Amino acid sequence: MTTDDVVLVDRSREGGPGTSSRVPPRGTPATWARRGGLTALVFGLPILVIFGIFSWWPIVSAVVMSFQKTNLTDAPIWVGWDNFAAIFADPLLPKVIRNTAWFALLALVFGYPVPLVGAVLMSELRRRKGLYSVLAYLPVVVPPVVAVLLWKFFYDPRPQGVFNTILGWVGLGPYSWLNDQAMAMPSLVLEATWAAAGGTVIIYLAALITVPPELYDAAEVDGASVWRKVWHVTMPHLRGVLLITLILQIIGTAQVFLEPFLFTNGGPNHATLTVMLWVYQLAFTSIGNHFGEATALSLLLALFLAVMSLAYFHLTRSWSDS
Amino acid sequence: MRSSRTTALAMAGVLSLGLLAACSSNDDSSDSPSGSSGDKVTIKVAGLLPTADDAAKQQLADRVASFEEKYPEITVEPEDYDWKASTFTAQLAGGTLPNVFEIPLTDGKTLIENNQLADIDSYVKALPYGDQFNEKLIANGTGDDGKIYAVPAKSIYAVALHYNRNLFEQAGLDPDQPPTTWEEVRDDAKTIHDKTGVAGYAMMALDNAGGWQLAAGANSRGGVIETFDGENYTATLDDQAVKEHLQWLHDLKWEDGSLLDRTDLGWGDINTEFAAGNLAMYTSGSDVYNSLVEANGVTADWGYGLTAIPTSGDGGALTGGTMAAVTKDSTEAQKDAAVKWIDWWYLSKLQDQDQAIADAKTRAEADPAQAVGTPVLPIFSKENYEQSQEWIKDYINVPLDAMKGYTDVMFTQDLVPEASASVQDLYAQLFPVVQAVISDKDADIDQLLQDANTAGQSAIDSAK
Repeated sequence: MTTDDVVLVDRSREGGPGTSSRVPPRGTPATWARRGGLTALVFGLPILVIFGIFSWWPIVSAVVMSFQKTNLTDAPIWVGWDNFAAIFADPLLPKVIRNTAWFALLALVFGYPVPLVGAVLMSELRRRKGLYSVLAYLPVVVPPVVAVLLWKFFYDPRPQGVFNTILGWVGLGPYSWLNDQAMAMPSLVLEATWAAAGGTVIIYLAALITVPPELYDAAEVDGASVWRKVWHVTMPHLRGVLLITLILQIIGTAQVFLEPFLFTNGGPNHATLTVMLWVYQLAFTSIGNHFGEATALSLLLALFLAVMSLAYFHLTRSWSDS
Repeated sequence: MRSSRTTALAMAGVLSLGLLAACSSNDDSSDSPSGSSGDKVTIKVAGLLPTADDAAKQQLADRVASFEEKYPEITVEPEDYDWKASTFTAQLAGGTLPNVFEIPLTDGKTLIENNQLADIDSYVKALPYGDQFNEKLIANGTGDDGKIYAVPAKSIYAVALHYNRNLFEQAGLDPDQPPTTWEEVRDDAKTIHDKTGVAGYAMMALDNAGGWQLAAGANSRGGVIETFDGENYTATLDDQAVKEHLQWLHDLKWEDGSLLDRTDLGWGDINTEFAAGNLAMYTSGSDVYNSLVEANGVTADWGYGLTAIPTSGDGGALTGGTMAAVTKDSTEAQKDAAVKWIDWWYLSKLQDQDQAIADAKTRAEADPAQAVGTPVLPIFSKENYEQSQEWIKDYINVPLDAMKGYTDVMFTQDLVPEASASVQDLYAQLFPVVQAVISDKDADIDQLLQDANTAGQSAIDSAK
């Protein structure tokens, strides 16, 4: 018996005025089950359960908690929009947004072109390409906490600190690095760029392989310089990947937490306090229990990122249409 | 064919149910020996700092073994423990604290009001010395209902000045004449920095520890960070004494260059830097020597010096301490066992000669030896403290001669209690100001303190 047979049988049982035996029937639960829907559901159930418990339930809980005052011990109290109002009234909010935007901008300025240039240069190499790939990717393999501790050691503000010693050879410094309000954030970005560049380099390298070599040959025949080859052949082929890494970078940097948490915990004087770190501090560093405000702030960030993602999808669609 | 499909279907269904079961809430009684075998009970207890050395761990293991010998029905599982404002609330909310855990003296009231501590009243009062606690101290662990939720334990301290005697000598200063005023501290810090190249003074500035030490500095100059008129608490973070201390730090950093250029030192970090010889003086609790020995390799002949915090005007030494509390979700059997452990590990050595000697002996005979006899303030009474010190005098191994600057005045100096309402929130407002002063030559101290005070007052108001 085929599926079509089942359809026919069912329609005849319904006794409806079937206009055509090929038209898909309106599904009743019984039909749906017989057509394999139940089986699909049972097989899908484990992933639905996992997703529901570990992804959707926390999201729903966070939305609910953002309207509550709770210490996670007593019964929560419904406070309406109070948590959101408290966040908007907090004098730290503008500073935290500025800091996060500053990190994102610096990360974009340094973190975006560096891997691209690295990948293009490496793709031009004739020998030892593998070795350079490994060297570029190595920082990604180092556990982030270890990397930060290592860099914290490099950033020792004393004249005998690693970076201060190196800069001292050319008559610069010593600098306070993480202990200077103006230098702290760029110092964080430097480490973050070092740590993340390897992954992006690999993505770009993979994309560069897809560029047909005959295009380069043709360009070369036309007398194009290396720069013109990169600009007119390589870059257009990387456009899709570049757009994806751009949006991923913006979403990633808007949620930056690890570096400010481990390097400075938001200091000095809130100079590196980012949105995510503030969420953490609101929730977990005061026994006053600001879980409600923390979740409210998280939701606002999620909303902002959702808007960013929509804008991205809209833009990329119109670009690909054009 | 059909049977294998049915089997697969059944397996998928079972897997889903299994996942649901695995994700359901965990029942403590079913996975602990206490629930399955009658009288047996297991408790997790706050143990040593994560950085503790092997000798300290062995000493704790010995005390656990003798405890379990006395109470065979109780199993004790110590966990590394380091109270930090940045992790404590997460542990509390996540239910991952050990059954017996430690909290700062001043946090007791808030945690009790938040209904986050177990009622251990009957067990504590059943102890032979249950009614002999220093009343002012036990008040911090007593709820409005008159019941005891936490007891003073480990140590009660006054903030004091810790210094490196070797650096004093290298700079041509007399380590037996430590500074007694803040101006002398500044002068000595500059001399040490100029002569040795090592920072003369350092200040905790990371997280609430930075606010705590700024408050201690202000208290020593006669100021307070909070007042109480019998009805309302008022934040006074912009008190003149707070400004004076910040200005003093500013001058050390930007005029003398003798302040360690670090805004990221917390309680443990500054101990590490001190033990590494990277700074000459800093303020912290008078009992820090215990931790310097336990976690930083400091020994009696290291060159450690302790003296009273300099005071001026009506100033005094900020006091504080540690309390032991029990998690809310502990069973009655666990609460009983927890209080027995609190008695064994923290308190009985102050009340019972045999316990005092047993504890001191294991600490002194550990390799390397752990600190015995570090000067602290009495949990019960001065007489009781002196008696307990007398019991262990043969085992005292701390350099008491190098601590005379503190021990000579510890019972006569003016003591200032910590602020009562929302103290951690006040500290949280103050530490960024300390960081600002250390990291910015042109920091506007008045404006920073005014902003901090507004935020601090709002924290006090919202906690009502």
